This record gives sequence, structure tokens and C-alpha cells, in this order.
Amino acid sequence: MSGTFVGMPAFPAAARDAVHDPTLRATLRHATHTIRDKRARAVAELPDWQRLREAGKRVKDHTLRHLDRYLLQLEESVVLAGGTVHWAADADEANRIVADLVKATGEREVVKVKSMATQEIGLNEALAAEGITAYETDLAELIVQLGHDRPSHILVPAIHRNRGEIRDIFRAEMGAWGRPAPDGLGDSPAELAEAARLHLREKFLRARVGVSGANFMVAETGTLVVLESEGNGRMCLTLPETLISVVGIEKTVPTWRDLEIFLQTLPRSSTAERMNPYTSMWTGTADGDGPSVFHLVLLDNGRTDTLADEVGRQALRCIRCSACLNVCPVYERAGGHAYGSVYPGPIGAILSPQLRGTTSEIDASLPYASSLCGACYEVCPVAIDIPEVLVHLRERVARQGGPGHRVEKAAMKAASWAMDRPAVLAAAERAATRTRRLHLARLPGAGAWTAERELPRIPEKSFRDWWKEREE
Amino acid sequence: MRVALFVTCVNDALYPATGIATVRLLERLGVEVDFPPAQTCCGQAQYNTGYRHETEPLVRRMGTVFEGYDHVVTPSGSCAAMVRENYPRIARRAAAEGRGDGLGAIADSLVPRVHELSEFLVDVLGVTDVGAYFPHTVTYHPSCHGLRTLGLGERPRRLLEAVRGLELRELPGAEECCGFGGTFALKNPDVSAAMGADKADHALATGAEVLCGADSSCLMHLDGILRRRGSPLRPLHLAEILAATEGEPHV
Ligand code: SF4
Repeated sequence: MSGTFVGMPAFPAAARDAVHDPTLRATLRHATHTIRDKRARAVAELPDWQRLREAGKRVKDHTLRHLDRYLLQLEESVVLAGGTVHWAADADEANRIVADLVKATGEREVVKVKSMATQEIGLNEALAAEGITAYETDLAELIVQLGHDRPSHILVPAIHRNRGEIRDIFRAEMGAWGRPAPDGLGDSPAELAEAARLHLREKFLRARVGVSGANFMVAETGTLVVLESEGNGRMCLTLPETLISVVGIEKTVPTWRDLEIFLQTLPRSSTAERMNPYTSMWTGTADGDGPSVFHLVLLDNGRTDTLADEVGRQALRCIRCSACLNVCPVYERAGGHAYGSVYPGPIGAILSPQLRGTTSEIDASLPYASSLCGACYEVCPVAIDIPEVLVHLRERVARQGGPGHRVEKAAMKAASWAMDRPAVLAAAERAATRTRRLHLARLPGAGAWTAERELPRIPEKSFRDWWKEREE
Repeated sequence: MRVALFVTCVNDALYPATGIATVRLLERLGVEVDFPPAQTCCGQAQYNTGYRHETEPLVRRMGTVFEGYDHVVTPSGSCAAMVRENYPRIARRAAAEGRGDGLGAIADSLVPRVHELSEFLVDVLGVTDVGAYFPHTVTYHPSCHGLRTLGLGERPRRLLEAVRGLELRELPGAEECCGFGGTFALKNPDVSAAMGADKADHALATGAEVLCGADSSCLMHLDGILRRRGSPLRPLHLAEILAATEGEPHV
């Protein structure tokens, strides 16, 4: 995945600053609560929601089980429609393919449709290293890019920014990238949107190469699909001469008909809209209509490894709606940056450690970045049991050992040993009771507990002893 | 009807009053309660921290201890959820790894017999008015595992609404997690405390005297936060409220 996150501290440390930043917490709280309430209303409108959810899950599971076959079918369809297909095993390979394709056009700049896959591989940075400038055209992505910042949410990458901050970023940075912000720019949504529109229009009309991702790829027809709200994507997908789409292999669906499910569940889950304003679909190339050259880069980057894991593979069903972020109480307090990946929140906590492995500090800490409350599972439109995968990945991390886990493992083993011996447990309880005023503060973990909480009081008698006395 | 109490390790060691109240309540309703002393713990902490293998002996112990009882009642939504949701999983995976011997049968046998307290009262005994008397203002926090994994729905609230003298106050953001989450409270103390602080604020805003829940671990976390603030709001387990009567009021 993207090199920008290498060397991140573990989640608890990364989350600490956000937790203690009242402005950030208020901004995140307001944004997530607004969208989660709207989503709940949009979903409640569909009487067959649970069946759509089940259908989406099944289509994805079926496709993943036969992914090899569907990918070959997809390649064949794309080629037949006039496109070219490239296979990329990892981020470096994908970046190299895209850079070479852009250079072959003789161009030095590209316009981009918001895409998680290109962020995942750090494409913008890789292109910059080759002297190619990539312009983000999604409003929130533009804010992040101009602010030299990192995205903090899948759908609303600038969720952590308020209007005043956005105005300041536009004023200070737009000029260096193209058309500057209008004089006296205020912070009303209309003014900010207009400034972005003027700045971007210039880019759309000039660009000869567009780079996108895709929400879905249809194997039977070779059609790629992008859902968006602002229309910037439609511009990037239709105006340039060359279009390069970088897409994770798991985005495949078998048939055109399957789209029907996701075109209902994705907008309602993500933006709480009945239908998203723009749905663009393209199949290869067509004479005199849209790009004349089309390249599809199929990205693996850890996906086949994820597919090999029986429990963890369900993460590949994800359609990146971000509903799980918006209901997650941990995301709400920690913010997106703490997850050290372009995939924050609950889905990031299970996807990143699978795509990247669990060797880095941040990846080993992500499976624990959840209280397992289950809100993410409840809202997920493809029914990914995120808590199940989190626990499964904790097992992987615990087994691999590392800082903290040796002591923890010994403690867990000791606990299981004692818990398998009721007499030992009863004796331990009695010992605790006898010395109850003395030693609790020295228990392992007590330091973390007592920073903002009192320890529980030890009762005079355990339940077990009360029962025993009563029986006698 | 042979009914066993699964008191849970947290209640046994730290909140015996919850177990005692459960026994008193069930006996008042005419249920004969047994407490098999060989019981210990459902293994939730180990399982959720990533030590699945270590939970296998505990699954086996639960099976042996509660064999022969028609119903196993527990005053803990999360421990009931552990059995119902995760025991079949543990058994399935153990079998796939060649350590299956009997775990599947244990899980199959336990799952339909293990009930969280409010489920047992409403679904098995068919009562919502348990004859309790508790003249206080109360707000109810539905813990995540009871709410989402077990789907307890309105059961605890219906029980509380039928208590004489009790005034139930709506808890804002009731369905949000309190931030305990087992070892989460230790591994991510800042986020956990921030979640708990918000829950405490919401509970205090109701102006209620008592914060009721059906999971002692969540209440322990909230109690720790409230006591640190010196707040008079008192966390109490659902069982303790339902056990209170005019003759034997809660003190
Ligand atoms: S995991 Fe589910 S809820 Fe979260 S982004 Fe993916 S599809 Fe949406």
C-alpha cells in the first residue's frame, strides 16, 4: 500500500491526539451523526433491504469463489470492446504501468476521478516522481490535495475539515495549482463550491489523460462503472483522449443484471441518496465518443492473499460505501488518520492488515481498534461480519507475538488454566477479598484503566461463597 | 423445570449482588435455581483478544457443568452472546483443525438453552411484570451484545416499565457503545474513556438517579468514570432493580 503511511505509530498512540482535540471531535461527531441518521431513513424506505443485502453478499461471494474465471472473462470482454488490459501484482507494478502509459502519450499532467485504488498504491506520489502532475477533481479530494493532507474518510476525505479551514486552504494554495481562489472568498458552501468549480473547469478542458478507478466491473460485457455525486468524474471519463482505470480485482461482478442490487444499496448506504446523481458506464472505446484509448490496470496488491483466508476474505465483498465508518464509535473519536491507511474505520481495521500483512506496528494494532460493538456489521450493505474478522485477525497477531503479546499470552493462558479449576478460582477470589484494600492498583493494565476511571471495588464476599453459605 | 444460574466470572468476583438478586428474583417467580459450583467463565475475554485455542477447555467445561439443565440463565448479555454466537464458531474451527472431539455437540446443546435474564423472564416464563417495586428515576443503557448480537429489543425496557414506582427516562444515543469492549478498555484507553465520557454525559443529562444496564462489565466501566467525577448517578444491574420489592427494597 501507499508509502505515505509507513512508520505510523500504533493505533492507540495515533488516536490519542484526535481524542483530545475538541474541534476535531466536534467536527467528526457532527458529520458522522448527520449522515448516519440520513442513511437510516434512506434504508428504511426499502422494504426489501435485508433481501438486497443478502443478494449483494451472495453475488460477491460467488464472484470471489470463481474470481479466476470471471477475471479472464472480463479481460476478454474489455479487449473485444477495444480496450487494453494490464495485470499488476503490487503497487509498484501498477504505478510503473500507469506512469509508462502516461509518458507514452507525451503528456505531463492527468486529471483524476476520486479512486481508493490509486490512493492505496500512492499513484499521485509515484507519478510526481516521474514528473507527472495528477490533479484530483473530487471536491473533497481537492481539499485534501491542496491542503497537503491525507484523506480521513472513504467518501468524504476532508470530513475532518470545517468550512473556515477549507476557505483558508483554497486562498493559500489554489494559485500554485492553476486558477487562484476568487478575491474575498467567504466560507459559505456555495462560494466554496463555485471557487472549486472554476478552478477545476480549466483542468477538465485542458487534460488529455484521465485516470480513474471503478466501483464495479462487469465480466460479461467488460463494462466499468463509476458512481459519483458531483459530475467531475463524468468530465474526466469523457473529455480526455486517453483513459486509464486502475481497479482492484475484487470489484468484478459477473453480469450486467447484478448491478441492479448495488445501484440500490450503494447510494443509500453511502450518501443516503435514493440514487446517486451520476452513474457513468463505459465499455472499451467508441468512435467519436469519449476517450479513444482505454487501459484497464487490474490490481492485486494483497488481494489474492486475502482471498486465501477463509474468514478474512469476506472483507473483499466491500463496496466502499463507508456506512461502517459513519456508525463506528471508535472512528468518531479517533478520526480517519489514526488508521494509518487510505481505508480508515472498521473496514480499514480489517482490510489494511490483510492487504499489507501484520508486521508493522500500525497493522498489528488495527484489529484491536474496535470495541466489537457490532454497529458496523449491522449497517454493512454486503453483510461483512467485521467483528468476526477483527477477532480472527487478533488471533493472527497474538500468535505472531511481538511487543505486549508475550505477557498477554501468559496472562490468558494463566486465566484459562485457573478458569478450568473452580477451586483455584475460588481461592483467588478469597485472596482478593482478604486483601481488597491493598493490591488492585497493581494489577496488569490498571495504569491504563485508572487514568480516567476508578477501579471496581472488591466485594466482601464472592457470589460463590454466598451461595455456599446459603446451602449450608 | 431444572434451571441453572450461570453467574459469570465478573459477577462472581466483583458484582455478587447481581447474582444474589438474580437468584432472589427467580425464586420469587417460583423458579427453582441451582448454582453448579464447577462453573467458571465463558472464555469471552480470551476469545475476543485472539486466544481462541485457550477457550476450548472452557467451552468443554460449560458443556459439562450445565449438562442436564433445561435452561441456563445468565445476567449478562455479552456472556450469553459469547455462547450463542461464538461457541458454534469455535467448535467448527476446532473440527477443521482436527481437535473437534465433541465441541460441536456441546455448542449445539448449549446454544438453545442459554438465556440472558430478560429473555428468560419474557420468553420462557412469559412475564413482564415481575412484581418489583423501585421508586426511583431510571435510565437504561442497552449493551451492544444484548442489543445487536442477542436482539433483546424491548424486553429489558418492558420489564422496567412494569416496575411499580419506577420512572423510566429516555437515554439519548442509547444504542451507542459505552466504550468498554473487554480488553479494548485497556488496549485503547483514550478512545474507550472518551466513549465512556459521552455515555456518562448522556446518562447524567436525563437527570435520572439510576443508570441501569444488563451487563456488569459495561456498568463497571461506567461506574469507574462516574465515581472519578464524583457523580451521584448510580449504576445498577437490571436484576437488582427487578429483585427489589416493598418488603425487600434495594439499599
Ligand atoms: S465494509 Fe461494508 S459498510 Fe464498510 S465500507 Fe465496505 S461495504 Fe460499506
